[in-house]
Amino acid sequence: MDDRLKTKFILNVVLLLAVALLIYWGQDNLNNFQIRILNLAGIFAILGVSLNLVLGFTGMFSLGHAGFMCIGAYTTAILTMSPRSKEIIYFMEPINPVLANIQWPVLPAIILGGIMAAVFGFLIGFPALRLRDDYLAIATLGFSEIIRIVVTNTITITNGALGLKNIPSIKSLWVYWLATILTILIIKRILNSSWGYAFKAIRDNEIAAEAMGINIFKHKLLSFTIGAFFAGLAGALMAHLITSVDPTMFRFLFTFQILLIVVMGGMGSISGSVVAALIVTIGMEVLRIVEQPMNLFGVLSIPGLPGMRMVIFSILLLLVILFYRQGLMGTREFNWDWLINKLSTFKLRKRGEAA
Amino acid sequence: MQFGGLTAVSELALQVMPGEIIGLIGPNGAGKTTVFNMITGVYTPTRGKIYYKGQDITGMKPDRITSLGIARTFQNIRLFESMSVLENVMISKHVRLKACLAEAVLGLPRYTRSRQAQKEECIELLKKVELEDVINEPAVSLPYGKQRRLEIVRALATSPELLLLDEPAAGMNPNESIELMQFINRIRDEFDITVLMIEHHMEVIMGICERIYVLDYGMTLAQGNPEQIQNNEKVIEAYLGVVDLDA
Repeated sequence: MDDRLKTKFILNVVLLLAVALLIYWGQDNLNNFQIRILNLAGIFAILGVSLNLVLGFTGMFSLGHAGFMCIGAYTTAILTMSPRSKEIIYFMEPINPVLANIQWPVLPAIILGGIMAAVFGFLIGFPALRLRDDYLAIATLGFSEIIRIVVTNTITITNGALGLKNIPSIKSLWVYWLATILTILIIKRILNSSWGYAFKAIRDNEIAAEAMGINIFKHKLLSFTIGAFFAGLAGALMAHLITSVDPTMFRFLFTFQILLIVVMGGMGSISGSVVAALIVTIGMEVLRIVEQPMNLFGVLSIPGLPGMRMVIFSILLLLVILFYRQGLMGTREFNWDWLINKLSTFKLRKRGEAA
Repeated sequence: MQFGGLTAVSELALQVMPGEIIGLIGPNGAGKTTVFNMITGVYTPTRGKIYYKGQDITGMKPDRITSLGIARTFQNIRLFESMSVLENVMISKHVRLKACLAEAVLGLPRYTRSRQAQKEECIELLKKVELEDVINEPAVSLPYGKQRRLEIVRALATSPELLLLDEPAAGMNPNESIELMQFINRIRDEFDITVLMIEHHMEVIMGICERIYVLDYGMTLAQGNPEQIQNNEKVIEAYLGVVDLDA
């Protein structure tokens, strides 16, 4: 048993090294566009994993992720923009003097973005988490829209509908994927801890969990707040990736894109969410071809239709729901045990053949 | 206890002494499970009070009541389906963990030690009830009788002083019922607890309960030791209906 733990540890290290090597290689050999897509995939992985914590592991149907991203993105944007560009951009109404001359380094700003989102998550969770299932979904969706509308109208802070530009740009694969890997590790550790099991107990059977002494509301709020924190973090990263934010980015359609990732990857599977995030983000770019004018063997010619890839994704989601309801991974996780078992039976068989 | 215009339970004076095994019986719909739900805080009684060890626990939340030392099982088994036998039992220990979430994420010794100690406690507990051979099996893969037993163990893991069992023998054959009776007797002595149980199997009730309460239409119909209950005319009437001798 101990041997197996050691093997697993080594395999984990090897995997991390391999990912690091890939990032190192990618940083030098991929073009800017490809790096940008991979970074976006990392951000979607964070979003997928954090929504999965809330939806797949704690069983709360929350649709507020876009709102929390919005808070994270605006927090880091306002804190890191240079005072000069703030002066230029806020031309409708001047910026609130308290914020005008602040310029933070990027890292603390991003983390504060997560914390701000967590604070809002906590405040929203307080009333909303008394609801369940579809009612909770509607309430969180509403709150997420409220956040967006408030952001649109607090012009002296957020510059309203015009949005913010010239946010310091981060291009490195390292930053985004380090954040992604850290997020996955932290959420994995939470799920494997006593708290993770408490979350799963609430998902499996709320009444029994409560009868075993678990404070349902407190644990739901905890899970919801952690989910909001990572959503905020992802939003902040996205602000630095795109270098501009405006309220329309965070419409509730965005939440559905994250939901697509979670459902496709499997509710209750972290590795599933990561894989699905990569597939969806990269697929979204690759499928741009279908939006170009097409000429099918001279028989059928289709003019360029923007939005065609969403049709393909909708069909994909439909197929997943119809034929593969569990998603890619179901509730299973990527696990070394499988590989080790395969190898050891292979070894045994070889030995058997030799004898 | 009233649900809208329906009075489910009224005029019940139930008293439980330490170390007793008490039976709560009555025809279907008599309000037995409602009594359990009131004691464990699932429902708040519309009138009346519940005292536990001198403390008023009326209207407290279920998790609070569990922490005071009242644990329960459910009529329809409610195990955590995604978890193994051991994990199911360990859920009951979660509130007693002496560490915070940050310590767990960072893997600090206070958490790992506390968690390890709980794990050993739970394994010990599972050994005592002869479930140690299925520790890592998914809870739902167990045969019915063992699932029932696991539910009792899970309740025991919260370190209760009062254990409420809601039809523990439901769906069991006579042999299994006898086994269960011995099991309940044993855990009462071994864990030094009081047991209050709802049951329809009369042989189980009559076999192990020291006192029995009979509930009908939410009211106490009779109470006493098994013999008194068996010979009580009102009880016979409630269960068998009135026999009209003139007809």
